[in-house]
Amino acid sequence: MDDLLREFLTESGEHLDTVDAELVRFEQDPNNETILRNIFRLVHTIKGTCGFLGLPRLEALAHAAETLMGRFRDGLPATSASVTLILLTLDRLKEILADLEATGTEPAGSDDDLISALERMAEGTVEAEPAAAPEPVLPEPVARELKPGEVSLDELEAAFLAAPGPDEADQAAPPVAAAPVAPAAAPVVSEVARVEAAEPARAEKADGIEGEAAATGEASAASKNQTIRVSVETLEHLMTMVSELVLTRNQLLEIARRHEDSSYKVPLQRLSHVTAELQDGVMKTRMQPIGNAWQKLPRVVRDLSAELGKQIDLVMVGAETELDRQVLEVIKDPLTHMVRNSADHGLESTAERIAAGKPARGTIRLAAYHEGGTITIEIADDGKGLNLAAIRQKAVQRGLASQADVDRMTDAQVAKFIFDAGFSTAAAVTSVSGRGVGMDVVKTNIETIGGLIDIATTAGRGTTFTIKIPLTLAIVAALIVRAGEHRFALPQVAVLELVRVDAGAQRVERINGAPVLRLRERLLPIVSLTGLLGQSEAGAETEQAGFVVVAQVGRERFGILVDEVFHTEEIVVKPMSVKLRHIPMFAGNTILGDGAVVLIVDPNGVARQVAQGVQGSGGHVEADDDAANEVADSKTTLLVFKGGQGSFKAVPLSLVTRLEEIECAKVEWLGGRALIQYRGRLMPLVPADPAIAIKSEGTQALVVFSDGERAMGLVVDEIVDIVEERLDIEIAADRSDLIGSAVLRGRATDIINIAHFLPLAYDDWARGLKRPERLSTILLVDDSDFFRDMLSPVLKAAGYQVVTASSADTALAALHADPQIEVVVTDLEMPGRSGFDLVAAMRRAEPRIAGLPVIGLTGAIGADAVERARSLAIADLVAKFDRAGLIAALTEIGAGTVSKAA
Amino acid sequence: MQVANANSNETGTTDDFVTVFVGETLFGLAIERVHDVFVPSGVTPVPLAPAEIVGLLNLRGRVVTAMSLRRRLGLPDAEDEADGSKANPKMAIGLEQAGETFALVVDGVGEVLKLGADSREAVPINLDPRFRNLATCVHRLDGRLLVILDVDALLGFTPAGAKAA
Repeated sequence: MDDLLREFLTESGEHLDTVDAELVRFEQDPNNETILRNIFRLVHTIKGTCGFLGLPRLEALAHAAETLMGRFRDGLPATSASVTLILLTLDRLKEILADLEATGTEPAGSDDDLISALERMAEGTVEAEPAAAPEPVLPEPVARELKPGEVSLDELEAAFLAAPGPDEADQAAPPVAAAPVAPAAAPVVSEVARVEAAEPARAEKADGIEGEAAATGEASAASKNQTIRVSVETLEHLMTMVSELVLTRNQLLEIARRHEDSSYKVPLQRLSHVTAELQDGVMKTRMQPIGNAWQKLPRVVRDLSAELGKQIDLVMVGAETELDRQVLEVIKDPLTHMVRNSADHGLESTAERIAAGKPARGTIRLAAYHEGGTITIEIADDGKGLNLAAIRQKAVQRGLASQADVDRMTDAQVAKFIFDAGFSTAAAVTSVSGRGVGMDVVKTNIETIGGLIDIATTAGRGTTFTIKIPLTLAIVAALIVRAGEHRFALPQVAVLELVRVDAGAQRVERINGAPVLRLRERLLPIVSLTGLLGQSEAGAETEQAGFVVVAQVGRERFGILVDEVFHTEEIVVKPMSVKLRHIPMFAGNTILGDGAVVLIVDPNGVARQVAQGVQGSGGHVEADDDAANEVADSKTTLLVFKGGQGSFKAVPLSLVTRLEEIECAKVEWLGGRALIQYRGRLMPLVPADPAIAIKSEGTQALVVFSDGERAMGLVVDEIVDIVEERLDIEIAADRSDLIGSAVLRGRATDIINIAHFLPLAYDDWARGLKRPERLSTILLVDDSDFFRDMLSPVLKAAGYQVVTASSADTALAALHADPQIEVVVTDLEMPGRSGFDLVAAMRRAEPRIAGLPVIGLTGAIGADAVERARSLAIADLVAKFDRAGLIAALTEIGAGTVSKAA
Repeated sequence: MQVANANSNETGTTDDFVTVFVGETLFGLAIERVHDVFVPSGVTPVPLAPAEIVGLLNLRGRVVTAMSLRRRLGLPDAEDEADGSKANPKMAIGLEQAGETFALVVDGVGEVLKLGADSREAVPINLDPRFRNLATCVHRLDGRLLVILDVDALLGFTPAGAKAA
């Protein structure tokens, strides 16, 4: 493809886009001569150039469109049908241009349908049958992307307006509709400095078209020097080189900092200054007004309003706001999508609007403005607002959150569900939207460029989306931190503040192993960077002192624990290698002033990880946190709550399934029993103390226990704390609802016996959860700390004393040492000597040990395991996670041994 | 290549290879693919990265992904020196693929060899599959063998597959 053709394609694309937008304006303001002149001129230029380049199809189409527009100028009213027809013609032109770009030749085909329609319209005969016009073909609008890196269209437009209009030519040329009413339209082409590009203008003159060519020629000469076309690659290369320069400058500054010798400090400072300015300048060349991304929107909205039968005004504010073209490219499609969404979902139908007492015309307002290093874009509609109830319902339906979670969420949090993939509450899928694809893509696109998206919605008043995006992607301010042995860069945009933590007043506390920080009376979830990156070995110790970087992504606030914070530095973001791009934690890497490569932590990736940690509940945290468990080996984690007359009660946390807060209004009473609909089932509520009455209003705290499919809500006054203490239970008086009492955090606390409450909820839940007549000592053998920790409190809660061993050998030693042991519960699959080996060894030992009953814990109960168990006289095999099964088996054995002892 | 042929007195065409060694094994890399030979320093490890990736390093202002040939071949990392000092990656070869630069960390770099077809052999089928997948051929040298590595295959591991390793 030769340069001339390429130039033509780029320009025609721009012109067509402008005509698109201008036509929509013209339709609303049919008396505006300036707009019409502008459109006319642009189409004419395209026609002239096509003729010159020998593109007959394009020329014929442009000619027909021009003819019709000539008639407008002569006073033919611009009807919606005729504008639609011209828009269709433009689409066809774009289609042909796209083909031309792909193949280098004009595609074969006939445009007689459009041309004859245009001609008929121009003759004025079609006015009687306007419906026929848009029928013939509805080509999909060809999305022809603007070539990036070009002069702003605003400038072009300004140049057009500045140039002498064709009015003068008008007076001269006879207004014969059939002949090309051709004013001199040279400035459009010759705007660009390329000499070839000016040729079509000459061609026009050669065509014998009269006009004030000389006058316009002068005007264009003036504008010629103002802009030049530079290929994107050249700019990109320049940008890369400047980035390198910035790096080198940083390195020099670093060296200068270390050396006291000040002789080169001054030139260095000068260099630094120049570099900064150069960087600024180059960045500016990459800047384009956001209006470029909005250009297609008026047309989109016009088509939508016709399609949806709604009257929509599109207001655009701040189109001149500039941002990096790379960023512009990324947000272009999301913006279009969001405007479509606003038109389709956001705005009500005209009838509904009138019924609601609103103006019949809906408004979509696009606004863009700079705000401290970022650009804020708002897309607001004055429609009905998001249907939060429907979103809540849908979120539960799709299993994104539980009913209780959803009920507790703020409206803003609920609104965010629309960013989930496949989420749509639209009752009907229209051709425009409602398929539930899109908003997730929008969010992903915006997040990839380090942007944030937010929603504010008011029922009946409309919805506003706010997008915050960085001005540029190439250079960001970042906080340099140290975690473990290495330094990392954290983008400054996500950082709210830094908090120093130590073992004193500001310290990191833990809830069930999950670290949190009290920050101005609020709990902030903490993640340690070393932990996130899988480098944490020392575990708890490293958290004693360090810094918490308080970060915010979307509405999620969290703290990133690092060991040291250095300084803020402007870093040049370099993309991650393709081999490493799958790691969600990193957004890229950079070279610091001292020449070291550091990784840039992606706050979005961290946020996702934090959220996962929270959702994955205890299991995930504990699995990651073996070290902490080691320390807490002999301790039990207890949930402390207030229950009845202000007394403190506690229950082992491992027995608790969930903590809930419900609205009292949702409590239902059936046959004198309180029930609540919980996760699609009825859950009985049982007060933790006879003194507790279920409240009738406000919210009620619940501790939920579940076993398989059944769940029970223990009604408590208030959930107080989670403590980790050595559980020294003093046996209580004869109250079956208590196991005993213990001192927790200096307070006497009753440890409740869940076994008492479960039968109150379900009569048949008694299964084995009865307290044995007297306490037996159990030896629990499991190589996994996790299982030992999980099972000991269960067993203790069931009223046993527990001795633990982590291997067959220590178990045997314990058996010999402790004659109190009456039952052995052992994991059968252990590294080294397995549980079977242990039992075999026991059976060979002295009679006291040989005769002990054994319960085997196993991951999978297979036939051969059962066989071996039987041969070793293992009393029962229980699946590892079956807590209730284990208790039942123990109770059975307990009854046996007790009777034997008696 | 032209120059190489002109200098060569042999009748068949010859290829130039940069030789590197890992442990006792000698490997060859096509010289056209080798951009640099340098001593890697200041390698920043990348947490959560595939095992093959040693980290990132700054090569004259460019960030380069360093990959261990040992780990890529499924060999253990170099043992610590006899004197107790920790084994450092000694040399690295700069390779380019799809516009990205990689550093292949090896134990050492030898001379450049000009080899013809006469000494070339197919890859023996009994080689460890990891070797077999990465090698294109083997050259018989005096007293030792030279395994020619396929640079694209070497750099062609996928993040997903590598993660499992």
